[in-house]
Amino acid sequence: MNSLAASATLAASATSTGEAVQFWILGTVAVVGALCTILMKKAVHSALCLAATMIVLAIFYLANGAYFLGIVQVVVYTGAIMMLFLFVVMLVGVSAADSLTETLKGQRWWAAACGLGFGILLIAGIGNASLHSFTGLGQANAGGNVQGLAALIFTKYVFAFEITGALLITAAVGAMLLTHRERTERALTQREMAEARVRAGVQLPPLPAPGVYARHNAVDIPGLLPDGTTSDLTVNRTLKDRGQIRDVSAEAIADIKALEQRSADRLGRDEEEAKR
Amino acid sequence: MNPVNYLYLASLLFTIGAAGVLIRRNAIVVFMCIELMLNACNLAFVTFARMHGNLDGQIIAFFTMVVAAAEVVVGLAIIVSLFRSRHSASVDDASLMKL
Repeated sequence: MNSLAASATLAASATSTGEAVQFWILGTVAVVGALCTILMKKAVHSALCLAATMIVLAIFYLANGAYFLGIVQVVVYTGAIMMLFLFVVMLVGVSAADSLTETLKGQRWWAAACGLGFGILLIAGIGNASLHSFTGLGQANAGGNVQGLAALIFTKYVFAFEITGALLITAAVGAMLLTHRERTERALTQREMAEARVRAGVQLPPLPAPGVYARHNAVDIPGLLPDGTTSDLTVNRTLKDRGQIRDVSAEAIADIKALEQRSADRLGRDEEEAKR
Repeated sequence: MNPVNYLYLASLLFTIGAAGVLIRRNAIVVFMCIELMLNACNLAFVTFARMHGNLDGQIIAFFTMVVAAAEVVVGLAIIVSLFRSRHSASVDDASLMKL
């Protein structure tokens, strides 16, 4: 809202103090987020840092009078695009860290030096430009930011707008085409799979279900064999590899013991009597 | 404060993104750096719109967002199909055009 007050006057030379404070605090956050994006080892951490930077940028858009773009930045960038990134990170593997072997010698340092030089060039260029006063969006946003944008999109930029529509459709079709996998073999029918299973003769009936005594039916609890040991057939092998299986066989026996103890107490029988 | 500070911030973010593209090997992170550069450009466009007092800069930023969305969809699809064929998301491994 600072920007509204600031942009109300035409050709101002400075924004309000509140906006300056906001800029310096959030600008630091944005730069730190950007640096973390390129320095974090894991792709998930990079994605989260980038999301933080994008949210800060959304606030800057709002401060600059771009109310529509600020909301779109949150919805489209941090909402859709970053989530798409996270999906792909999960798909490709969270542990897919960078390889630290350098194929080109000293490439990282050269890249950092190039970046530094480029940054100095850009900042010096802006510093040399004569930008002492600014107009502000008070007049342009007078009829509402969204209305102003719509008036421009559907008159002056209508052709570009239609081309972006074609671009989006092409991108959607292209993504489907790229990720589609053609099936090279015919899918096995149920009959064929049953015959293959009988021929292999390893496990003919369906696998036994997990769970113990109808008390626990969670997938991470193996079923018990008649001798009280757990059966590996009843739980998923992935869970076993991760060591996420809970063995409750002793727990069930302890529960029954406690139940018998309680009923014995209630009926007034002592241990000796119960044994007789 | 002059809004030109936003331009300095935008150029700083763009530089960080460009350095990230050069430094990182993971294709997904390289892609994130490209997104960072696009966002920095958007901030510059929005600031220009404010400095000049018209909404054209915001329109360009809006179009950039649309193009970025399309680009992300296709790029991530390429990364996924590369990962399927090579079991690696490193840009060093993908040195041949064919599989």
